[in-house]
Amino acid sequence: MSAVKDIFQSVKDLWSLFVGLRVTGKYFMQPTLTVHYPRETVDEDVEQTYGGHVELVPKPKNPLKPKCIGCMMCVTNCPSGCLTVVKAKAPKPTPEEEQAMKEAEARGEKVKKPKAPKEPAKFMYDYSLCSLCGTCIENCPVGSLRYSNNIYFVGTSRKEFKLDLLQRLQRQAENTAKAAPEASEPEQAAETAKSEA
Amino acid sequence: MSIHPQLLHLIIALIAVMAWVGLNALVLVYFERKGAGFIQRRPGPFEVGPQGIIQPLVDGIKLMCKQLVMPTGADPVLFWTAPLLSMTPVLLLFLVLPYGPWLTGMQIDLGILLILAFAGINVLALLIAGWSSNNKYGLLGAARAVAQSVAYEIPLLLAVLAVAFTTGTLDFVKITEGQGPWPWQWNMVYQPLAFIIFIISAVGECNRAPFDLPEAESELTAGFHTEFSSMGFGLFFMAEYSYMVVVASVASTLFLGGYQGPFGSDGWWWYLPKVYAILMFMIWIRWTYPRVTFVQLLNINWKWLLPLGTVNLLATAFFMKLF
Repeated sequence: MSAVKDIFQSVKDLWSLFVGLRVTGKYFMQPTLTVHYPRETVDEDVEQTYGGHVELVPKPKNPLKPKCIGCMMCVTNCPSGCLTVVKAKAPKPTPEEEQAMKEAEARGEKVKKPKAPKEPAKFMYDYSLCSLCGTCIENCPVGSLRYSNNIYFVGTSRKEFKLDLLQRLQRQAENTAKAAPEASEPEQAAETAKSEA
Repeated sequence: MSIHPQLLHLIIALIAVMAWVGLNALVLVYFERKGAGFIQRRPGPFEVGPQGIIQPLVDGIKLMCKQLVMPTGADPVLFWTAPLLSMTPVLLLFLVLPYGPWLTGMQIDLGILLILAFAGINVLALLIAGWSSNNKYGLLGAARAVAQSVAYEIPLLLAVLAVAFTTGTLDFVKITEGQGPWPWQWNMVYQPLAFIIFIISAVGECNRAPFDLPEAESELTAGFHTEFSSMGFGLFFMAEYSYMVVVASVASTLFLGGYQGPFGSDGWWWYLPKVYAILMFMIWIRWTYPRVTFVQLLNINWKWLLPLGTVNLLATAFFMKLF
């Protein structure tokens, strides 16, 4: 009996062929989803969902400075070794300050040496090595890294993918400052988006 | 001295067929790529010409400009014979197809037999191509092509025979005229099972997806034409599309009433839409179904199509005798 049952089952399963044809037929009739890039660009809200290369998050009060504290967690955890962070050095004391410090030392007082500020002096990022795994973003204790939505990022040489993220942050801050008065104009916003890249 | 009128007729028909084959390949490549695009909700070829309409032509020119490469260790004679052997029988096949009441290259009594006989040569061409190119993928592809084509030719034949039984002739024109212009007068209504078997085994015969195992990219690179470049590959490609057209033409002649139109409006304008409807259906299923495995392919043939075809043929013979 099972052989007969198998035959009936096989014939019944043929229905799935029509289901498949209906699916592709439906898609065939629907409009295409492709964005023809040079002639069209994606909508703003779609662009926001794009996870591009890594970028620095500015401080809420000072858009020129990143939140970064130079702890090197991102560099340590990066599996591709695409991040290079150089910590800021302590400011060099002026000759008068040095003199004062020496005198204080001679007096046997506790000398207060200037401390290194907790910020990066250099934040280099090689996008050509990055695998966009997001480990640096997850491991940043102050949330100073995020994915940018730089969707139309094109370059003709390897060099163009070595980004100075501090410079990029500064450019962004300048652009938003410039664009702020006329932010309502969509053309301006598009231009800034382009120059940000 | 004068040329025999029938010879002249044949020569004109052959030249027309050559142009028709080339044109068809271009149009079908375009439709295939556009169809694939729309099914996957992308535009397909778009940049070359309006809506990418001259893309196939440009691709053809590119293909012609490429270097002809022959792998070391390949058999030079067989290697270059294969594409020619694949392409040339196609021209003959188109000759007997009735495109219209007066648009038939050569009306002969054994049209179906001629098509079945000469279409079989393609298998030999594929075998030679794979074998002579001294390439493991080529050889495997060729072996698959032979196993598949030999298997699928049998149910194809049985389906065609069932129609031949009902009409009592092997002449395409007579079979066409035996049907009426309206859909309920077509052979498809009287022989639905034969029609289904014919379409399935036709897809198998053409090495089209989901039965495109001889050229399964994921397993065999490109199968029998792995080593062919330039127009060597181009000829295989053109032959493949031409066989599709032949098969669709035969299907529309045998089952869909051929060139017959209502109110005496017979002509190719009824024939071509039917042929292209079948071709569109073949493109549609290509982009819908995943490729079957070789075991499944042969199981469908030997366990389903062949018994069904035989039963259908016997039933047809029984009813023909009865009435």
